[in-house]
Amino acid sequence: MSQESSPLARPGSPRDLFIAFTLLALQGFGGVLAVAQRVLCEQRRWLTKEEFVEILAVGQVLPGPNVCNVALMVGDRFFGWRGAFAALAGMMAVPLVIVLVVTAVYAEYALHPAVAGALKGMGAVAAGLIVGTGFKLAAALRINPMGIPVCLTLIVSTFTAVALLRWPLVWVLVGLGTMACVYAWRRLRPAPATQGGDT
Amino acid sequence: MHSSTDWLALIGHFLLLSLLAIGGAITVIPDMHRVMVEQMGLLTDAQFNASIAIAQASPGPNVLFVAVMGYQAAGLLGAGATLLGIMLPSTTLALVVARWGHARRDWRAVQAFKAGMAPIVIALMFSTGWILAVETSGWRHLLLTMASAALVWRTRVHLLVLILVGAILGATGTI
Repeated sequence: MSQESSPLARPGSPRDLFIAFTLLALQGFGGVLAVAQRVLCEQRRWLTKEEFVEILAVGQVLPGPNVCNVALMVGDRFFGWRGAFAALAGMMAVPLVIVLVVTAVYAEYALHPAVAGALKGMGAVAAGLIVGTGFKLAAALRINPMGIPVCLTLIVSTFTAVALLRWPLVWVLVGLGTMACVYAWRRLRPAPATQGGDT
Repeated sequence: MHSSTDWLALIGHFLLLSLLAIGGAITVIPDMHRVMVEQMGLLTDAQFNASIAIAQASPGPNVLFVAVMGYQAAGLLGAGATLLGIMLPSTTLALVVARWGHARRDWRAVQAFKAGMAPIVIALMFSTGWILAVETSGWRHLLLTMASAALVWRTRVHLLVLILVGAILGATGTI
């Protein structure tokens, strides 16, 4: 199914999850999603691109921070609630300490032009990271049962609604999301002839 | 923070916002502003905006801006209260739904959901990038955004290297 060649790996223990998610969270400036995709799919090889998109889909539709939902679901898949807790704690604990320390010293440097410039530069790169990751994950759509033209149409419509028209996300998910899922449901119509049941 | 009723009201509000935060805590920022700045007067406008900026510039999930707000309003206890409030309902729900879906992953409806949502999820990543890029403004910044997008997509250059380059270009005033 997946384009990746070598088989998937799995974490050895909840502790592995905690460490992996701590390390990936610490690399995530201006958003963790791009790092999560690279670490989970390419470095640790715990998930395929397709699985990552599936988990992210659930994380996007549900309320709450997407990357935290992703951590939770990945951890849960390997080690149940202990894994979920370990992954989420890894994602949050050390970054929380860092962000509070930064808060304590922020006031002193906030107005320094070099600091302000650096923050803007990092913001511009962070925006690029998430776009580039989107292009990378788009490769997973090649095996989507809706077909590539329909997928592209959905991408353009969603982008127009959310990024350009700034419609509330909830309505976009309810409207376009429902249409897409119904269409996918129809395309997934069971085909008994290909199941090899007949002799 | 003024009194224990204030604490309860604040935690209760964040518990509620948690379940409304489809697309992440970033989507309920306007309502947080309404309650914390306008209604309860726990933060100034500047503190509120700084909270978001600090979390964006620090490593880790962006939802930590909620902890920064709590911290600025009432110290460590405030950070714990707001963060717990925003996380607890959504994480519980995510866990329940993920288990339900994974146990039924062969169902046609579950597969249709995954297939149908995949392009939308990807489009949302493009949208997030677009909104962030437009907010940083300036064509040089936009060029930097496009260059880093291409590098992430096509190469294996370390993401921290890209962030560092962005910081240096910005700090030196090159962009």
